[in-house]
Amino acid sequence: MKTTLWKMTLLLGIGIAPTAVSEDLAAVIQASFSDRGQATLLRLEQDPLQQHCSQPRDQPVDDEIAMALRQQRLDAVVFPADGDFLGDWQRGATVAASGRGLQFNDDPSIANGGNCYACHQLAPSEVAYGTLGPSLTQYGLRGQSDAMLRYTWTKLWDTHAFNLCSHMPRFGAQKILDEQQLKDVMAFLLDPNSSVNQPTE
Amino acid sequence: MITRWCLLWLAFPAWADEGVFDQYRDLMGDDNPAIFVIDEGEEFWYQSQGPSGATLEACDLGLGAGVTRGAYAQFPRYFADTDRVMDIETRLIHCMETLQGRDRTVTAAKPYSLRGDFGTELEALVTWLAAESEGVVIAPEQGHLKERAMYALGEEIFFYRAGPHDFSCATCHEQSDKRIRLQQLPNLTDHHDAADAYGSWPAYRMSQGLVRTMGWRLQDCFRQQRWPGLTFGSEVSIALQTYMAVNAAGGIMTAPGLKR
Repeated sequence: MKTTLWKMTLLLGIGIAPTAVSEDLAAVIQASFSDRGQATLLRLEQDPLQQHCSQPRDQPVDDEIAMALRQQRLDAVVFPADGDFLGDWQRGATVAASGRGLQFNDDPSIANGGNCYACHQLAPSEVAYGTLGPSLTQYGLRGQSDAMLRYTWTKLWDTHAFNLCSHMPRFGAQKILDEQQLKDVMAFLLDPNSSVNQPTE
Repeated sequence: MITRWCLLWLAFPAWADEGVFDQYRDLMGDDNPAIFVIDEGEEFWYQSQGPSGATLEACDLGLGAGVTRGAYAQFPRYFADTDRVMDIETRLIHCMETLQGRDRTVTAAKPYSLRGDFGTELEALVTWLAAESEGVVIAPEQGHLKERAMYALGEEIFFYRAGPHDFSCATCHEQSDKRIRLQQLPNLTDHHDAADAYGSWPAYRMSQGLVRTMGWRLQDCFRQQRWPGLTFGSEVSIALQTYMAVNAAGGIMTAPGLKR
């Protein structure tokens, strides 16, 4: 059965069947992929946020829908049950450096990484950082007030609660990282002893 | 060859950041290991194969049967005999079936090599055909309704966010002068970046010791996007190649490239 399905997809893909471009984008996308390991076709179905954020950047967005979506994301943020936001900054450094997890070739039994360095500068000692996101070096200078803790947690949990259609993944809301990992990343950002907050040379 | 390298240096100033790969490129000088794959691809083209015992010499890549010079630069394009827009990879599979009588469930079963392999027939053919377009202006056909529809579809897919990380192609490729870790990212919505990027595939990947094609690059992007497996020759694959090729139109084919 699986082989037959696979063959059908292949045949459709390389042009035996009629291939007029479908008006249904989602259907075209579904027909162009197949399940691989943990990455199944279910991942291609968009939630309302993904749907809204799939417009080219120069397209105008509906402000009312945008405001409602942003509020919805904000209301859905789950804060730590024990009220403690800060874990171990050294474990957080490991989470920030790891880019593995949720790809079809990743072992699902091993913890996911946050891959923070792909897009952000963090510890000044790490020179291999990306630039898609802003530099977070010295992030801890902002202090540890309740407002800062809740703001930073929310950014990590679901960045769209503040910046709708940001490129950043929803690490909490999409269960990419678990609560303890998020606390550890929080400490990596905010602990004065963290390598993020050491003076730049 | 020297002109090609000068063009590449202009195209990828960020290579200066890549340290060890720069050193490797200096050591290699004008020598790209892809030259061996080019020769191999040419041999495959003239080799009699399949139940029909035919070569691929009668294959029509869009410029008439057997015309290879400049053909790569005009893909993806519409073919009346299949009534569909095809990329060069699926066109080759089509020719293997119609001319040589080879079963496409076999020829398309493993289009791209795994790490440690020596490279596939398809990879070799595509590499040779790209070399047959070296220095040629990128000019994908957009005259047919289906070709224009394929571009429009490609643009929609480019911005389609999905998966646990909400990634689309645009996440990494709609801004200029950005990088992931130290890897420079082309802005594929921008003509100059798209031309440099699209025109440099297929490319020899030093980290893998293999020539990789544009089709392979796309399915590896989707792996990193945390999406399922992209089917070889699927509509999404052709549409995104059309989107890139049209954005790159007017640029120059420099492939086979030499990449990290």
